[in-house]
Amino acid sequence: MTTATATPAPHKRLARMLGTGAPVYALLAALLIVLAVTDIGFYEPDRFLAFVKRAAPLVILAAGQYLVIVCGEFDLSVGAIVTAGVVAAAEVYGSYPDAPWLLVAAGLLLAGALAGLVSGLITTRLRVPSFITTLGMMLILEGAVFYWTGGSPHGQLPQDFRQLGRGTAMGWLPWAVLACLVAGAVAVLLMRSDFGRTLIATGDNERAAALAGVRVHRARVIAFVLSGAAAALAAVLVGGFSGVSAQAGRGYEFEAITAVVLGGVVLGGGRGSVVAAMAGAFSLQALFTLLNLRGVSGALESTVQGVIVIAAVGIGAADFSRLRRRRRTHSPGGTPS
Amino acid sequence: MTGTTLAPTPAVTSASRRRSRLADPAVGVWLAAGVVTALGWLVVAARGGDFLTQANVVGILQNCVALGLVAVGQTAVILTGSLDLSVAYLISLGTLVAATTMEDGSVLTAVLAVLALSAAVGLANGLIVTGLKVNAFIATLGTAFILRGWIEDNYTGPAGKVSASFQHLGYDRVGPVPVSVFLLLAVAAALWLITRRTRFGHHLYATGGDEHAARLSGVRTRRTVIAAHVLCSLCVGAAALFLAARLGAGAPWAGTEARYDLESIAAVVLGGTVLAGGRGGVAGTLGGVLVLAVLDSVFNQLGVDPFFKNVVRGVVIIAAVALYARRGSRRPA
Repeated sequence: MTTATATPAPHKRLARMLGTGAPVYALLAALLIVLAVTDIGFYEPDRFLAFVKRAAPLVILAAGQYLVIVCGEFDLSVGAIVTAGVVAAAEVYGSYPDAPWLLVAAGLLLAGALAGLVSGLITTRLRVPSFITTLGMMLILEGAVFYWTGGSPHGQLPQDFRQLGRGTAMGWLPWAVLACLVAGAVAVLLMRSDFGRTLIATGDNERAAALAGVRVHRARVIAFVLSGAAAALAAVLVGGFSGVSAQAGRGYEFEAITAVVLGGVVLGGGRGSVVAAMAGAFSLQALFTLLNLRGVSGALESTVQGVIVIAAVGIGAADFSRLRRRRRTHSPGGTPS
Repeated sequence: MTGTTLAPTPAVTSASRRRSRLADPAVGVWLAAGVVTALGWLVVAARGGDFLTQANVVGILQNCVALGLVAVGQTAVILTGSLDLSVAYLISLGTLVAATTMEDGSVLTAVLAVLALSAAVGLANGLIVTGLKVNAFIATLGTAFILRGWIEDNYTGPAGKVSASFQHLGYDRVGPVPVSVFLLLAVAAALWLITRRTRFGHHLYATGGDEHAARLSGVRTRRTVIAAHVLCSLCVGAAALFLAARLGAGAPWAGTEARYDLESIAAVVLGGTVLAGGRGGVAGTLGGVLVLAVLDSVFNQLGVDPFFKNVVRGVVIIAAVALYARRGSRRPA
């Protein structure tokens, strides 16, 4: 759709590179500039890294959610996976206080991937809309975690497990930032691989993709598995910097979806880039930080968030349709809409 | 089970023009409600309890009311292919507005205030979805955030007091049947008439089925979607009024605690309405709500851990929808 036939002018090439994500990059840039003006010290290395660290879980979740959304599905269970992951880790450490952190983290990733696998299989094989599958998965996971812990999670996470969330490598680079970079790089590489293309093709037109030889079911299941694993990774980070809580992942699913949509990724699939989705997550975090700095009371914060999300997506949609219309009027036989 | 035979029969005859009776999910879900009730009765009886007592049946019906009102409204929106995630916070705000207005004003002013607020929120949702072309998921989520901010900024806890005369709505009965059940049935019947018997109703289905085709055949699809959102929010307002009468005060957690946003969507889909829009209806939704309420009651009678209840709920919702999908794939429409 977006590839023009003639050699594009430089500004057009830039527009194409940015794609539907252009509004989110503008939004992010604006927010970062306002942050710099509001708070002089914001760009001091350690403070900026702390900002990225706080954004890391959401960015990782957004990358995972992007994979699911771009192939035309939803994953509402990621928040529950985060909660379940944090609580499960605490329970494991309650029984085996000396468990090596790497093993526990790997176990969580595996469990998250398994939850994704189940969601994916139910969605593709049983043809349940993913909205319902992952909603059910959310109820199941939350119910199971609370049932397991008797309503209130207890126990503590040991220092070395929390290192990934709160510690720093080489004394200055937070592990969370590193995890975020790695997850982002993996997501970008994945989307540039054949798999990424088949994923987008699946979301764009399932039937056409299937006729072209894409195993659409498999592609979708893998997307769900990766989203589940990403959520588990986010759980390790969240457990690291905020500790054990039954509310650990509450609302994360909507924030991740918001971030992805903010990045210009169309719900329903087939369009948008993973970098823009992650930029959406950074924008949300920048927005929260800015609201905090401006002293907007915690309560009004969500109001402002709501307004800005609607406005940003609305502007994105409006821009997009205007561009399309202009292109349509240039092409012969374009129908006025 | 006293209410089971009230709504679905006309819907079935209308739907059977297209498909055979049993393939209609609206019938299926009522059958499922019957089966779940029978199973629940058996299991409870095996434990030495009695499930189908009058008190219990009345309790089940009463539990249907709030979710039922929201789900019926949600049906109208989902039929057009849209969605409303702002219902939970709208309920909370509705109870607060009702209770605080009643504290110093008349009941009528409070009712009107809540309905006006609901209509305004629905209108805003509809305008954002159609005018700004924001995806309904994000648009209504955004509205939900806005409402949440409003609630958290103005109310710290339960507020206001519902006047005694209005609490009759929550607690009175006509014979054995709670008044609130009549409220639900009246709203559901009105919505059923609107969706099945009016031109606007046909437009709802047409818009959800294929928006482009509907617009080309002269349906004002935008107006239809906006009206659906307003209708939905009015139903939510009714649910808020009922909950306010029940609680005796406004509560910021009234809507969010019970997760009316996701639960109502689950009930609608359980009732056989397709999430993408264009197929399904109010009768099925009521069945879906009844299934959830009966399950809840069975679990309570058995003393099942409330958290484990959620697990089973999730499984049941997924399984039920999987069953429809299977049947749908064997008999393509």
